[in-house]
Amino acid sequence: MRFWVLLLTLVFTTSVHAIGVDGDVLEEPKLEAKAQEIMGGIRCLVCQNQSIVDSNAGLAEDLRHIVRERVALGENEAEVQAYLVARYGDWVLLRPPFSAKTWLLWGTPILILGVAGTVILVSRRQRQTMEALSDADTAEADRLIEEYGA
Amino acid sequence: MTGRLKWGLAFLPLAAFVGLVVAFLAQIDEDPSILPSVLLEKPMPAIDLPNLNGAQRLALSDFAAGSPVLLNVFASWCQPCWAEHDVITQLADAGVTVYGLAYKDAPADTRRFLRRLGNPYAEIGVDQSGRAAIELGVYGAPETFIIDGQGIIRHRHVGALTPDIAQQKILPLLKAVES
Repeated sequence: MRFWVLLLTLVFTTSVHAIGVDGDVLEEPKLEAKAQEIMGGIRCLVCQNQSIVDSNAGLAEDLRHIVRERVALGENEAEVQAYLVARYGDWVLLRPPFSAKTWLLWGTPILILGVAGTVILVSRRQRQTMEALSDADTAEADRLIEEYGA
Repeated sequence: MTGRLKWGLAFLPLAAFVGLVVAFLAQIDEDPSILPSVLLEKPMPAIDLPNLNGAQRLALSDFAAGSPVLLNVFASWCQPCWAEHDVITQLADAGVTVYGLAYKDAPADTRRFLRRLGNPYAEIGVDQSGRAAIELGVYGAPETFIIDGQGIIRHRHVGALTPDIAQQKILPLLKAVES
């Protein structure tokens, strides 16, 4: 019995997420929801592959505070992001914006699609020309089949 | 289609892959621990912090006084800061003006840290909320900035300074931005 209780406890504790808990949550639920949405796209710089919503790091907490502060001032997502990008660069955004440095990153799928599409088109056209034999060739083929058997 | 062209096509995916590898490698800086800073070559952000006594302040005007200075972000709770403290002291002894930014540290703890290791700083700004550090795009302590005589940020070093880095990078850069 004790074993099963322990096992169940272990299984279910894994579903507890580490989410930063703040004391400065905005009172207006609409604004808090907006702040949360913005935070979801801001990188926790010291943990690098988490958003600041998911991190308990001190810097993430400070950045959450700043996001809430600016949302309370009435700023929109782009304005809050611009504030953070001016200090930490594009790196602070989890979705890198399209720029001279990232065009290859965003363009690669389109590039691959284009190249693959061209290859498929070319090879398909070639197959079609193979299928369409001229009348003389068809006659010749028929003759050969007749002569040597199918 | 000729046979040769067909063979060429077979190698197209490989060529594309190699091309991408080269393109992406070229975009990666040689040292991944170098964090990008957008503040390089930009003016020092406006900061105005009380010092440890609360008597004076570390302000923006300290950073455009005609000669280059170092700004060292440190904290008593930060282990690498203990390790680099000797290097900071040597730089100060060599005549470099070093300002300190006590990052998210209680003034009493900062004072204890300095009593124990000595105080090489010309002035220390107390940034208990970490707000001034965010203005500088700081990730954590320690970080060291070179700010030239016009108040422009010229270099950022993330992590502890070592004697080698001080001799081979910081001092030459200070000299270079002086002229």
